[in-house]
Amino acid sequence: MLEKWTGEVSVINIGATKEEGGSRRQVIKVGGQATLPFLSGEGVLANKPVVAFEVWDIAPSDWPAGLAKAYADVFSDPLAWAEKCVKEYKAGLICLRLQGAHPEFGNKTPDEEAKLVGELLKKVDVPLIILGCGDDAKDNLVLPVCCQAAKNERCLVGSAAQDNYKTLSVAVLADGHNIIAESPIDINIAKQLNILISDMGLALDHIVINPTIGALGYGLEYAYSIMERARLAALAGDKTVACPFICFVGQESWRAKEAKASEQEFPCWGPESERGVIWEAVTATALIQAGADILVMRHPQAIEKVNKYIDELMKG
Amino acid sequence: MAFSGLDIYKLLPKTNCRECGLVTCLAFAMQLAKKAASIDKCPYLSTEAKKALEESALAPIKLITIGTGNSKLEVGNETVLFRHEEKFHHPCGLGFIIEDSLGDSEIKERLDKINKLVFERVGQELKVNLVAVRQTGDKEKFIRATELVFNNTQLGLVLMSEETEALKEALIKVRERKPLIYHATLENMAVVSKLAQEFQCPLVATALDLDKLSSLTRELNSQGVGELVLDVGATSLKDKIWDLTQIRRRALKKSDRSLGYPTLSIIENEDPYEETMEAATCIAKYANIVLIKGIEPAEVLSLLTLRQNIYTDPQKPLQIEPKLYPVGKAGDKSPVLVTTNFSLTYYTVLGEVEASKIPSFIISVDTEGMSVLTGWAAEKFTPEKITDSINKAGLAEVVSHKRLIIPGYVAVMSGDLEDKSGWQVVVGPKEAAGIPSFLKNL
Ligand code: SF4
Repeated sequence: MLEKWTGEVSVINIGATKEEGGSRRQVIKVGGQATLPFLSGEGVLANKPVVAFEVWDIAPSDWPAGLAKAYADVFSDPLAWAEKCVKEYKAGLICLRLQGAHPEFGNKTPDEEAKLVGELLKKVDVPLIILGCGDDAKDNLVLPVCCQAAKNERCLVGSAAQDNYKTLSVAVLADGHNIIAESPIDINIAKQLNILISDMGLALDHIVINPTIGALGYGLEYAYSIMERARLAALAGDKTVACPFICFVGQESWRAKEAKASEQEFPCWGPESERGVIWEAVTATALIQAGADILVMRHPQAIEKVNKYIDELMKG
Repeated sequence: MAFSGLDIYKLLPKTNCRECGLVTCLAFAMQLAKKAASIDKCPYLSTEAKKALEESALAPIKLITIGTGNSKLEVGNETVLFRHEEKFHHPCGLGFIIEDSLGDSEIKERLDKINKLVFERVGQELKVNLVAVRQTGDKEKFIRATELVFNNTQLGLVLMSEETEALKEALIKVRERKPLIYHATLENMAVVSKLAQEFQCPLVATALDLDKLSSLTRELNSQGVGELVLDVGATSLKDKIWDLTQIRRRALKKSDRSLGYPTLSIIENEDPYEETMEAATCIAKYANIVLIKGIEPAEVLSLLTLRQNIYTDPQKPLQIEPKLYPVGKAGDKSPVLVTTNFSLTYYTVLGEVEASKIPSFIISVDTEGMSVLTGWAAEKFTPEKITDSINKAGLAEVVSHKRLIIPGYVAVMSGDLEDKSGWQVVVGPKEAAGIPSFLKNL
């Protein structure tokens, strides 16, 4: 029994090659699905979900040991860190989080961060996602200069929110990037924000929705259903929610007690070395089934498994 | 199609004799429509009315019961394709395949571990459901393994064999457990259907495509076997998603009774991570029973947690017990944070407080499972309610100070809360993520 969908998810291009005025080795396309996840017998699945490796500008203080271990040699050197992801783990997409700009976590200046973005673009040639530190006032100073430093590289930059989207929209538009629009598990806010941003001149095919997820066991089902609802609306022809989704899987799953707690604390949960990876991988799995397009993840082993999973599902 | 209360009312005697226990026929009709009463309660129904009602009451996806007593598993009776449309009703059963080629002690050891796979999360007990014995060699070994499993676990059973004689002998031994028989195919159907009838056990129907499956279940039905579970055999994960979706769609949207049964997915992947991800996919996408081999606690915990998430009623959020919770080695000087008893809110706050490494108390107020803002708007998270909770928890005896931290979103209630409770109110951050730095700077 085939459903007749009338709409499809918009396609976003991340990264620009030399021919397009950038310096990335390839463009990553996401979106373009004309049916629900992996029902290729019913509609076109133009592009597959992709995983981005999360890299920080400072050494993260709250990553549990089992996770931090994977990057121990590069933890306080973002350039080496990104390079390791690309060379050793074959990352095709890097997500740089400028946590160090936060007034409480180092308070790096906009110029320092812009310089880092410029250097990172020289160090690795994969497309880039750039995230602010989460402090609105500071991000509004930092992100515009970072956009400038990455001019024409067609990055994905975030996040814009309902009460803070103008500054970032202007910067993203001026320097030829894409934007992440964040809405708190609310389909109407997602819609509204997309309209507000497109009213600023940034077209809907430059917007990626961050539906704000919870990890497995920590509210996963809310985002799961919001994403399903938004995707159904998109397939029914509502262009204002027909944007790809970005899900911060690593950030959420490594906060879960089940991912962090040691086996001594919870002997009946099994070794934490496997548990954390499973928690991140299963969180990603469920969200992929709800329609996730970009998954920002942390543990190389979880990422490897998720990539293999996606490839299996896209076969044939 | 399901009948509305009024449709049903038209079929009732309309005498208001009250023998059904309700005051009027109309009231009874409304109860029937909500499936809160059974039609036999009215002794005056005409045969035609009864038949019409019974047919309308047939669920589009049949409810199937495997096992007995405490470990009974009920699956099926699903009504929607997407959980937000209503909810998913009967949590998918999770089971473990044990092959009879394993030695006795190894089988026992496994069962021992499987029996221990019980977890508690957000106030609910998460349990596994089934053990499937699979024949790999001769009949005797299979029977022996079946008995071993029967004697060493209380969980429901699945008997997996291609040999009908072996199934029969195993059934004789374990019939009282009401095991699931695996499986009837187009080839062996005539014999296996007799077993299902003789032993009154549910039966898996396997065919490699949906049309064949549909003719198989119709055949089985005509032979009097109606307790069925559907299986489309060993296919790729992508095909599993496709088939499971098609079965659910055809049963619900096309009222295709021949596919109106719960489904079974068997995961064959030796890599524990991949096995878990495939099983997780089937849990999300309409499988009603998932069988895996891996029994590692981390793997099972993650699958049971996903099942809990997916099968949570979207209209009835999970709640935690409203009370005072110490975090870390909280003492009489520790800060007290106020939040709601919506489990997601509470666990988010808890996570951040733990991350701050500052021993604290969290007092969760009974907001009937609403989040901070919704609870405040619905007057479930008010100065009165908070004061009540403080008093009930005897907070004044637990801490030596008189300071409450409230969520930033309800800063407006500060004055009122100070008046009502007599405690000093400190406004915390709006988002839980701000808690660690807030606590550090307190
Ligand atoms: S028993 Fe039947 S006839 Fe009597 S009140 Fe109930 S529904 Fe009406």
